[in-house]
Amino acid sequence: MLVYVARRIVYVIPIVLSVALVCFMLVHITPGDPLVAILPADASQELANQLRAAYGFDRPLPVQFGLWLWRALNGDLGHSIATGRPVLSEVMRAVGNTVTLAIAAAMIGFSLGLFFGLIAGYFRDTWIDKVATSIAIAGVSVPHYWLGMVLVIIFSVELNWLPAVGAGPGGSSAWGWDWEHIRYLILPAITTSVIPMGIITRTVRALTGDILSQDFVEALRAKGLHETHVFRHVIKNAAPTALAVMGLQLGYMLGGSILIETVFSWPGSGLLLNSAIFQRDLPLLQGTILVLALFFVLLNLIVDIVQASIDPRIKRS
Amino acid sequence: MSAITDAALQAAPADKARGYWATVGRRIRRDKVSMACAFILVAIFIAAVLAPWLGLADPYQGSMIRRLRHIGTPGYPLGTDELGRDMLARLIYGGRLSLVIGILPVILGFLIGTSLGLVAGYVGGKVNTAIMRTVDVFYAFPSVLLAIAISGALGAGIVNSIVSLTIVFVPQITRVAESVTTGVRNMDFVEAARASGAGPFTIMRVHMLGNVLGSIFVYATGLISVSMILAAGLSFLGLGTKPPEPEWGLMLNTLRTAIYVNPWVAALPGGMIFAVSICFNLLSDGMRSAMDIRN
Repeated sequence: MLVYVARRIVYVIPIVLSVALVCFMLVHITPGDPLVAILPADASQELANQLRAAYGFDRPLPVQFGLWLWRALNGDLGHSIATGRPVLSEVMRAVGNTVTLAIAAAMIGFSLGLFFGLIAGYFRDTWIDKVATSIAIAGVSVPHYWLGMVLVIIFSVELNWLPAVGAGPGGSSAWGWDWEHIRYLILPAITTSVIPMGIITRTVRALTGDILSQDFVEALRAKGLHETHVFRHVIKNAAPTALAVMGLQLGYMLGGSILIETVFSWPGSGLLLNSAIFQRDLPLLQGTILVLALFFVLLNLIVDIVQASIDPRIKRS
Repeated sequence: MSAITDAALQAAPADKARGYWATVGRRIRRDKVSMACAFILVAIFIAAVLAPWLGLADPYQGSMIRRLRHIGTPGYPLGTDELGRDMLARLIYGGRLSLVIGILPVILGFLIGTSLGLVAGYVGGKVNTAIMRTVDVFYAFPSVLLAIAISGALGAGIVNSIVSLTIVFVPQITRVAESVTTGVRNMDFVEAARASGAGPFTIMRVHMLGNVLGSIFVYATGLISVSMILAAGLSFLGLGTKPPEPEWGLMLNTLRTAIYVNPWVAALPGGMIFAVSICFNLLSDGMRSAMDIRN
């Protein structure tokens, strides 16, 4: 097990470096001068050169990458051009809110997905299966930002039950698990949960179907085992793959929250990314993407290790 | 032994006479859901292509006094948008751009990804390592984040959004193509072709392509749904096309401010994205099960 974990961690290092390289290059595929957002339109060439030197844009690219990487490793992702504050602290504060949203959505999406997937796989080709698969297909096909709008129309505009935007009293930095705040979380969390719900339903349905058609299930039933015990074996066999898919989905929710956060003005990393894009705040854009991608890589690593620890077949391969 | 051969001979003609793709085609034509989805998609496509000849209102012509009419207003069957433009015309015209930016990235991704995967899978060795490790890097990003990162860095625009989505899909299709190709590579008929002197290019084009294309194609069809949602999502964020161009994602964005005045008109463009996306998903599922002859 330790060897597996060590090998898996070593394998992550080149990935992390390449992710950093991609994030670094993002600024350099940008058309135009990266300083365009802070330079006044009538700035002199001299001032432009000074700023370019101050930000290090005048050095060769590999040197810039090395310096940037070294600073990033020391927790310095530069300063936001728009606000002047350190990028890392801006990103970390926003990520906290995105984690809140992702966890709430995961609780809804994972439990519904597991439920629908298990009953659909168990009652394959019955009406229960058809209903559950239809819900799953709708879940993976719906443009979630539109679903968010529709939920706002129903529950905020027409019924006036829940707030349409924001994160409640205190804005972005005063989250608490009380009703005054949770009210604001309900609609974005439901919206975020539909895609993982659909994907987990489909995965678990397929897994359950496969496992139920295997010989050992037949043997368990022949042995006279009660159906609830057979069910327990099905869950045990489906768990490693299902967990891996859930981990990946959690990563997608953390990294892909920009559309939903924009619809609900939820003050997380997605909304931060949105403002970084439209203010052409390149250090902030770069830093946010780097942090989110690293979270995703880390989550993948954890998923692999957890999966290997509960499924002995993986370690051997 | 002879009994088995007899049974095989008797069973053979029915399968032989039709061939694999004819059987798949027949199975999919029998599938009501797939056929209904195909019909809806074809209808939306034809309407989008023929939009100028359908006698619709001008999708760019607004009016300050006719803003945000409700669905069912005489003369405006689906109401009007925030600038008084006819929604029915804009939804149909919107299909032109929305379908192109949604589908083109998958087509490009299919072409590039299949080529890369085929080469990686067939040549193997260092080439495989180089291609597949590069692909792994893009897997380290959630796809929405990658699309938005590239699109955000390149700046708003239709071409940039197509480029960014293509970059998202190439690695995914490459992975599928590589794994399918690796599976086919070691089969006897490829070995036979090589033994009879066929070069690597001929083997890939003549012997492998036909055997791997089906699976990759079905996978790519499934991606169109995601691509439609992401492409419209980029426009929704303001990273795609620019007003006053009719495009479903952008229309959804500009109508967001109208949800307190005329909510259901504001929701219409998203309904179109949903319809196209779910039809492609169901069609892809239908194709997958039609191609899976074991069932």
